[in-house]
Amino acid sequence: MLAYVLRRLISIPLLLLGVASISFLLTQMTKGDPLAALVPERMMNNPEIVATVKAEWGLDQPLPIRYVRYLGNLVQGDLGTSFATRRPVAQDIAERLPATLELVIVAMVIGTIMGLSLGLLSARFRGSVFDSVARMFALIGSSLPIFWSGLILLYLLSVRLSLVPGTGRLPPRISPPEHFTGFYTIDALVAGDLVLFGQALAHIALPAFVLGWSVTGIITRLVRSSLIEGMSLDYARTARAKGASERVVLVKHALPNAMIPLLTILGFTFAYLITGAVLTEAIFSWPGIGSYAVRAAASLDYPAIGGVTIVGSIAFLLANLLTDIAYAWANPRIKVNT
Amino acid sequence: MTHIAHSPTVAPTFSRRMLTSFRQTSRRLPITAKIGAAILLFWIITLLTIQFWAIADPLAMVGRRLQPPSTDHWLGTDALGRDVFSRTLHGSIWSIPIAIVVVASAVAIGSLLGALAGYFGGWWDSIIMRLVDVTVSFPPILLAMSVAAMLGPGLANASIAMVIVWWPIYARLMRAQVLEVKEREHVEAAIAGGASSLRVLRVHVMPLCWTPTLINATMDFGQVVLLAASLSFIGLGATPPSPEWGSMISEGATRFYDWWIAFGPGMAILSVVLATSFVGDGLRDLFDRRST
Repeated sequence: MLAYVLRRLISIPLLLLGVASISFLLTQMTKGDPLAALVPERMMNNPEIVATVKAEWGLDQPLPIRYVRYLGNLVQGDLGTSFATRRPVAQDIAERLPATLELVIVAMVIGTIMGLSLGLLSARFRGSVFDSVARMFALIGSSLPIFWSGLILLYLLSVRLSLVPGTGRLPPRISPPEHFTGFYTIDALVAGDLVLFGQALAHIALPAFVLGWSVTGIITRLVRSSLIEGMSLDYARTARAKGASERVVLVKHALPNAMIPLLTILGFTFAYLITGAVLTEAIFSWPGIGSYAVRAAASLDYPAIGGVTIVGSIAFLLANLLTDIAYAWANPRIKVNT
Repeated sequence: MTHIAHSPTVAPTFSRRMLTSFRQTSRRLPITAKIGAAILLFWIITLLTIQFWAIADPLAMVGRRLQPPSTDHWLGTDALGRDVFSRTLHGSIWSIPIAIVVVASAVAIGSLLGALAGYFGGWWDSIIMRLVDVTVSFPPILLAMSVAAMLGPGLANASIAMVIVWWPIYARLMRAQVLEVKEREHVEAAIAGGASSLRVLRVHVMPLCWTPTLINATMDFGQVVLLAASLSFIGLGATPPSPEWGSMISEGATRFYDWWIAFGPGMAILSVVLATSFVGDGLRDLFDRRST
C-alpha cells in the first residue's frame, strides 16, 4: 500500500513536467512566433513592453534556455500576464478558483446522490418500467450538450417559471460575504447571514444540477451493474439463506461492495466535471476559471488559456492521485505491482 | 516455409464477422441499437442529399427576424431571419464528417503507435506510453482549447486538437490487445516460419485486435460530435455564418427568450450522441461480452 502510494506520488512531478513541456511547445507554436503568445497584438509596436517580456521569458535566447526559463517562471507561479485583464494570470485564476471549486463540489454531490439512488432503485426494480426510465434519464444527462441543457433549463425554470434566479453567483447589487473560503454558501453561513446563504444556494442550484446530471449517467450505470453482480454472489446467497429480505441484501450487503468500483471512477468523472464546468460557467455567467478560459479562448488571450490549462491539469492529476489512494485504501487486494 | 507465414489468421476477424453474418448480427441487435442505427442513417442520408431538398437556404434571410416556430418555419427564425430548421439539417454537413475524420485519424494514429509499443516493447513502448500518460494528464477540453487557440480558430485546427485529445485512448486499447494476441501460438508459428516482425504484426496480430477499438470508436463518435460543438460554441471551431450546431447554439445563448434558436441544433447533437451510445452498447454486447 505504502509503496504503491509512493510510486504514484513520484509519478506526479514527472507528469507535471510533461504537461509543462507540452504547454511550452504550444506557446512556441503560436502563430509561429512565441512572442505572440506573450504580448497582445496591439502592444507589439511598443518596444519597451516587448523588451521587458523578451527578457523575462528569454525570447532572445535559444530554445533550451527558453524552456528552462519557462519552467523557472512556472515554478515561481508566473503564468504570464493576461492580455485582457492586464493582470498576472496566476492572480486572476486564484481569485476565480473558489467559484469553480464550489460549483464542481456541489455538482459532484448532486451527481453522486442522483447516480447512487437511481442505480440502487433500478437494480432493485430491475427490468421494470422504473428501471428503463431511470437509465434513460441518466443516459440523456451524459449525452446532452451541457451548454444547451443549461440554456434550455434556464429558459424554462428561470425565465418562464421563475423557480430559480438567473445567472451569476448572487443577485445583482448584492455584495458577497466576507472572504473566508471563497465559497459563498459557506462564507455566508460563517458570517451568520442566512438570507445571503439562501440566495447563494438558489443561484448555485441550477448550474450544479446541470453539471451533476452530466455525470449521473456514468455513476448510475456503474452502481446498477455492480449491485446486480453483487446480488448474484455467494455472500448475497448466504444472507438470503439466513432469512434477509431482498432489500436488506441489496442495501446492507451489495451496496457497500459497489462503493469500491465507484471510487475508481471518481477521477474519471472529474474529467467530465472540468469539461462541463467550463461550458456551464459560460452559460450561467459563473465567475470561475471556466468562464475565464472561454473568454480567453474566444479573444485568443494565450497566457490566460495556457495558465488555466496548467492549473486544470494539476487539479486533474491530484484528483486522480486521491482516487488511486482511496481505492488502494478501500481495496487492499490491489497493493500488487500495478 | 513461406506458406506458413501466409496462412490465414486463426480466428474470424471483427470485420469479416460483420460482413458474413450481417443479417444474423442485425437480428440479434437490441431494439435500441436498431433505433440508434436508424438515426445515424438518417443523418448520413440527410448530409449526402440535402442539397437536392426543397428546403430554405440556410444562409439566406427567408423570413422576419426571431419568429417563434410556425408552419412556415418549423423551428422559427434566428436573429438574421434565417430558417432554423433548415440550418439544423444543414449542420450535419459540418458536424458528422468532422467527427468521422477525427475518429478515423485518432484510431489510425493511436492504433499504429499502440501496436508498435505493444509488439516491440522496450524503448518504443516507454516513449509512446509516457507520451500517452502525459497527454491524458490534461483535462480533455482544456487541451483541445489550448491547441485550437494556439493553432488559430477554425474547423481544421479544432479537428487537429481533437485528434491530439483522442489518440491516446486507442494507443492504450491497441497495445493491450497486441500484448495479449502476440503470445498466441499462431503468432509463434509465423515467427518460426520466418516472417518479418512487421509482417507478423500486420498479418497475424493486428487483424485480431480491432474489436475493442471499433466498439470504442462507435461510442466516441458521439463524444467527438459533442466536443466539436463545444469548441464551436466557445468560438474555436466553425465560424459564422456556417450552420454548425455548436455555433448555432452560441448564437442562441445570448437570447434567453428566443429559445427556439438553440433548440434544433441541441436536439440534433443529442440525437447523434444517444444514437452512437445505443449502437456502441449493442455492438459491445454482441462482440465483447467481457468488457460489459
